[in-house]
Amino acid sequence: MRLRHPSVMAVAAVATLVLSACSAGDLGSSDSDSKGGGKVSLTYLVGNSEASVRSAEQVTKDFMAQNPDITVKIEPRPEGGEGDNLVKTRLSTGEMSEVFGYNTGSLFQQIAPEKNLLPLDDQPWVGQLDENFKKTVTAGGKVYGAPSGAFMAGAVMYNKSVYAKLNLQVPKTWAEFMANNAKIKAAGIDPIVQTYGETWTSQLFVLGDFHNVLINEPDFPEKYTKNQAKYATDPYAIKGFQHQEEAHKAGYFNKDFASAKLDDGVKKIANGDGAHWPILSAVASNIVANYPDKAKDVGMFPLPGDDAADNGMTVWTPGGLYIPKTVEGAKLDAAKKFIAFMASPEGCDSQTKGSAPTGPYAIKSCKLPADVPQVAKDIETWVNKPGASSLALEFLSPIKGPALEQITVEVGSGIRSAKAGAELYDQDVKKQAQQLGLDGW
Amino acid sequence: MATTTTPALASGTGRRTAPAAGKRPKNRLDHQYPYWFYLPAAIVYSVLFLVPTFASFYFSLTRWTLFDVEFIGLDNFVAFFQEPALVKGLVNTVIYGVITSGLKVVLGMLLAVLLTSQIIARGYLRSVVFFPVLLSGIGVGIMFQVMMNPEGLINDALGLFGIDGPGWLTNPSLALYSVALIDVWKGVGLATLIYIAGIVSIPREYFEAAKVDGASSTSSFFHIVLPLARPATVTVIILSLIGGLRSFDLIWATTRGGPGFSSDVIASVIYKQYQAGFYGISTAGNVILFILVTAIVVPLFMFLSRKEVDL
Repeated sequence: MRLRHPSVMAVAAVATLVLSACSAGDLGSSDSDSKGGGKVSLTYLVGNSEASVRSAEQVTKDFMAQNPDITVKIEPRPEGGEGDNLVKTRLSTGEMSEVFGYNTGSLFQQIAPEKNLLPLDDQPWVGQLDENFKKTVTAGGKVYGAPSGAFMAGAVMYNKSVYAKLNLQVPKTWAEFMANNAKIKAAGIDPIVQTYGETWTSQLFVLGDFHNVLINEPDFPEKYTKNQAKYATDPYAIKGFQHQEEAHKAGYFNKDFASAKLDDGVKKIANGDGAHWPILSAVASNIVANYPDKAKDVGMFPLPGDDAADNGMTVWTPGGLYIPKTVEGAKLDAAKKFIAFMASPEGCDSQTKGSAPTGPYAIKSCKLPADVPQVAKDIETWVNKPGASSLALEFLSPIKGPALEQITVEVGSGIRSAKAGAELYDQDVKKQAQQLGLDGW
Repeated sequence: MATTTTPALASGTGRRTAPAAGKRPKNRLDHQYPYWFYLPAAIVYSVLFLVPTFASFYFSLTRWTLFDVEFIGLDNFVAFFQEPALVKGLVNTVIYGVITSGLKVVLGMLLAVLLTSQIIARGYLRSVVFFPVLLSGIGVGIMFQVMMNPEGLINDALGLFGIDGPGWLTNPSLALYSVALIDVWKGVGLATLIYIAGIVSIPREYFEAAKVDGASSTSSFFHIVLPLARPATVTVIILSLIGGLRSFDLIWATTRGGPGFSSDVIASVIYKQYQAGFYGISTAGNVILFILVTAIVVPLFMFLSRKEVDL
């Protein structure tokens, strides 16, 4: 009897060893592979915001309907700093998905495109790219990405019904804006919504003000890249920080600004509990999805500067779609086909169906339908007016420090003064410039 | 508490005499054979610990992008100490470590005395106290972030008593201390467990002798339990201090180092630098953490061990 126990244990141990040899990959849910034959499967890595995922799902559905022999699986990734981390690590270890979406401009430069990405100059859609967009996905003279999504603006989202009720006009200068805020506060509504529970949203006072900097100093980006201009000492650049400090000191933020999350902000602005929200217009698609009957109540106007004549919107080019260098063979052809679909009028329509666009597309042959949200219509009027819009700094200079969102949270919460915050940010970007190996730092 | 030493080497086969301390059998085979047992552990230890540690000492002196390496000397450390946000992380780490360690020692000892006395449902209470230790740091962090919301559960409960609760995680002067309290709630069970083991091993004769001599329970606590639970105290202090200085997942899940930089500790600073792609500075931060923990814990351990009392 005693002898049987060791042999039973031995059998159990061997059986466990055999089971552990089975690799999880064979048992995966890949229905395409099980069919055998010429089915190619791609993975599309996309940011996990509601709008991005919905748009990606619609596009992949339409693409797979058109191309039955290709399956595209969506893999969401976090946004912000953690997303940067993931993308950079995967590219460095050669494990990136066949197609991935990521920012354009300075963040694009930071993922070493010439080393990690496949140049797409030879693709048919390159001629259809908006000129401004092309600049933001070019490195060393070659184009590396196609647009994903539409232009968006960093500006002040406002509730039109509050304005109508209190008989206010869209402000053209900062002084007018603050006067409006005083009237709104007197009426018992939160003048400015802030959502520091989602730290990236705190940056818009500074980033959205860039048009006002550029129109007064057209060479600011070059000087900034060469360490000859700084936020703390430039009289126009520091205004963004100062405005945020001023708005906090005047008590115009909502009571729970320090812990409010993005959805709280969307709820407030859609329902008219908050009048203004300096934010990226992409958030309008959350309004359309969650409060569809309120979408016509929400519009957008640019962050005002000191001079009414210089008023203009700071715009962000859409994200980019890239292919890493490690993709080859049938998967490469499939990936190129997928990107070509995204960059065509059908792709644009598909993206519109998935998530309401909040600005014009970056493909010349794509037109916006008439039933886009009010925010997109407002942005289009500014973008179409010559000289009334500028690209954000991150598209004109490769330097963007990672700690800006924390610094602006501090300035907006009254923890740090505007000047100290600007100085801290200048110190922060020094690390980035050195990491990129730029001269003059 | 008796300190036991296990025989250092399992002497081969059938040697009747145990090796006396300091004397080795003259047989060469017997001399070499036991050392080979160290080899597997030594390989794992070198590859997974020694090599990366020394490699990180090297990389902290460079600026690298995972593939290109540029030697820049001590610039990373200079940058670390010049940036106010990074220095604040260092200061916060020490504060956090000391607070969590101190509270765990005191509360752990008190709970252990309670849980080794004759009370009802002692076994159940021991499980309840130990339960939070088993929870995941991230889960606890997210849960408390929701509860500590200025309009969340904790402030609602305080409101019932008429107290206006502050913004636990949104007030920059409170954020770090709130997270420290969460950490203590989570970790005090382990300290209690170690203390219970220490107290239970004190022979009953001491307590009985003291009672015969007319000692009150406070006096027997201070004169019997505390001195004889010294090794347990040392263990708790060292373990909780090391853990507190290195803490990351709880802080990241509750505040991400916010609001602003007020609850950043070295571990979250390192992680943020890594996220931004500043691998050199992030490695330098790790080296600083290594030096900090070693510099605090090693002297402390030597100081505390000298005073160990044998039963």
